Amino acid sequence: MNAKTLIPLALFSVLVGFLAVGLRLDPHEVPSPLVNKPAPAFKVAQLEQADAQFSPEDLKGKVWLFNVWASWCVACRQEHPVLMEFARAQVAPLIGLDYKDQRKDAMGVLKRAGNPYDITAFDADGRVGIDYGVYGVPESYVIDKAGVIRYKHIGPITMEALQKTIIPLINELKKS
Amino acid sequence: MTAELGHFALILALCVSLVQGILPIAGAQYGRREWILLARPAAQALFLLMACSFAALAWSFYTNDFSVQYVAEHSNAQLPTLYRFGAVWGGHEGSLLLWVLMLSGWTVAVAQNSRTLDDTMVARVIGVLGLVTTGLLMFVLFTSNPFTRLLPAAENGRDLNPLLQDPGLVFHPPMLYMGYVGFSVAFAFAIAALLSGRLDAAWARWSRPWTTAAWVFLTLGIALGSWWAYYELGWGGWWFWDPVENASFLPWLLGTALLHSLAVTEKRGSFKSWTVLLAIGAFSLSLLGTFLVRSGVLTSVHAFATDPRRGIFILVLLVLVVGSSLALFAWRAPKVALGGSFGLMSRESLMLAGNVLLVVACASVLLGTLYPLIIDALHLGKISVGPPYFNAVFVPVMAPVLFLLAAVPLARWKHAEARDIALRMWIPGVLALLAGALVPRLMGGWTVLTGLGVALSVWIAVSGVIQIARRLKSGLPPSSFWGMHLGHMGIAVFVFGVTMVGGYQEEQDVRMEPGDTVLVGGHLFKMVGVQDVPGPNYSAARGAFEVSHNGGAVHMLYPEKRNYFSSTMPMTEAAIDAGFIRDVYVSLGEPLEGKAWAVRVYFKPFVDWIWGGCVLMALGGLFAMSDKRYRLRVKAGAMDTGLTKGATA
Repeated sequence: MNAKTLIPLALFSVLVGFLAVGLRLDPHEVPSPLVNKPAPAFKVAQLEQADAQFSPEDLKGKVWLFNVWASWCVACRQEHPVLMEFARAQVAPLIGLDYKDQRKDAMGVLKRAGNPYDITAFDADGRVGIDYGVYGVPESYVIDKAGVIRYKHIGPITMEALQKTIIPLINELKKS
Repeated sequence: MTAELGHFALILALCVSLVQGILPIAGAQYGRREWILLARPAAQALFLLMACSFAALAWSFYTNDFSVQYVAEHSNAQLPTLYRFGAVWGGHEGSLLLWVLMLSGWTVAVAQNSRTLDDTMVARVIGVLGLVTTGLLMFVLFTSNPFTRLLPAAENGRDLNPLLQDPGLVFHPPMLYMGYVGFSVAFAFAIAALLSGRLDAAWARWSRPWTTAAWVFLTLGIALGSWWAYYELGWGGWWFWDPVENASFLPWLLGTALLHSLAVTEKRGSFKSWTVLLAIGAFSLSLLGTFLVRSGVLTSVHAFATDPRRGIFILVLLVLVVGSSLALFAWRAPKVALGGSFGLMSRESLMLAGNVLLVVACASVLLGTLYPLIIDALHLGKISVGPPYFNAVFVPVMAPVLFLLAAVPLARWKHAEARDIALRMWIPGVLALLAGALVPRLMGGWTVLTGLGVALSVWIAVSGVIQIARRLKSGLPPSSFWGMHLGHMGIAVFVFGVTMVGGYQEEQDVRMEPGDTVLVGGHLFKMVGVQDVPGPNYSAARGAFEVSHNGGAVHMLYPEKRNYFSSTMPMTEAAIDAGFIRDVYVSLGEPLEGKAWAVRVYFKPFVDWIWGGCVLMALGGLFAMSDKRYRLRVKAGAMDTGLTKGATA
């Protein structure tokens, strides 16, 4: 045996190492470039009171959960009970962003299924959604006291994600 | 009941493969003749059992037995019979079963066609194949059993993925797998040679036709896949550098290097350990390809269902097979005697250069394919590597290979004079430069890439013709000579097609209403209308287009947009008017308001030359395989004497 003929085996071992690590990663998971960046500013009308407006500025100094949803989104219905649970727990303000929707449809949903949101901002043309890099509804963001996005959840929030990740994170952020 | 028989046959096959994998190798090691002689019957029994098992699955599909989960997931009572058969390998479990069936098929082919080979050697080869089969059968039985019952049975099946309902798919995977699996024979020969410590010209001569056969299948399989993507996906492209495509291309590149390296080892006895390494590498990449495709570690347009348990199983298999082979290589290769020496300028050195370049090309494609995974594993972020990377690294590495391959057949073994070669290559050289300068201008604009592409293909083609003409003066050459030149000619045709499509294709994405016209590549397209037509398991919107060239004859094209009942995703059936020097291609996009549609229209010059070139390459392989010397020597029994000479040399 000499060193030269061991090279292929060595290279292969490195490859296997990467493949083994790779197996535990999810290639479909796309991180948000917005995490740890200030939440994009906007000022839009509210859903229920068209003459009142909402801006993230209004919640400076508070930790809050920002949830993008729509009446046409099936996965949002699945997420809805989890959000109701979150609202009941009164951990932090929950702000909705009704994304590319009709006012009438959205208010219908909230009336029928219950309204977990403290305020819902109305994003009829989806412009706010674009700033937040929304590419699938629902998506949710945890925003801290300084107005910085600290966490992004893609897809419906599950009870497990709520209990194990989101609520502990909010409690942690509230202390600082 | 049939499914249980199939399952039972599979379990028996695992038992037989264990016997086939262990006893013959042990027998060869300890000189137990009765164990050695077990190799052939075991291989035959294994093949029969696998055939039974596969037939049982095919029968379940044919009879629409939706109590078998795999059938329920991939077939449907409305599915036409041909696709019901194709659906057998339309999913993970069935394609693995096909893999193992083919592996046992190759093994039996080796067993039957090696009557004159030394029994000990055959025992080792079949034994190695048996071990590989054992691993794969365990994978099938423990993680991917196609015979699992579904209780209660489904009323109807979920239907085959509509993308796969195409005649191209019925043949693409079997061809590809034949190639993948075929490299296992070259691999087994290499391992057997390492085990016995006898790496000589005879070993290379045995492996060569097998390697070529596998290479032919792989070439055709890749070409079929590319052709299928071209007309079925409706994107108009023929190669996307997708991880799954790369997984099939990697063994092809290494297999091509192996073919040529085996030639040198057979003729001159050189490059022995290099050839062994390539044989191990080609099959390892086939296994790695299976891993990448089946474990879901990479994202791909070929979105296969993934299961982490499967990924771990294949990874372990990969480590066992490749790791032990490379360890064996590290241990045994230094003892291999050096082959004939050769000069700095000789056919050997030029072939080695080409070989190394192919390996470099292979390594760069592998790196690009795995790079997203490596970066992610190191927590450096998520990236994807696209065609720009592959084109940027692949083209510069392959250009010198193309340059070399025209001239190498002129170089003498051992020592060649550069001046001699230059003297005999001046005609192709001048013609290549002229064509490279002129043809692109005629086509509508010269760029470095089109000039280079045309020049290289003319360089290869003309030098091939001249060499053939010169050789014919001294009588009819052997078929391996024809094989080599046909293969190289195929490369020339392929490169020309790629260059033309890459440089001069035209495409337009337009909104069209009935009566609208669009001019693309000198062809006038007029939309007549779109109407609804029913299909067996789908409903379609079929567009009608009139196409005419320079006011000449009008012909009709009918692209379709199909909605399969079982799927929410609409499928595009492009309409293609194929021609020798160009394709025109229409595909329907989305319906817009009123009667308007988004329509995609392409003009693709010489696109069919891409696949024509591949077919020529495969034909070349067939000619090379059929060379008399592989049969004559066997008949004369010269194998054994060659072997002993090699062993004592």
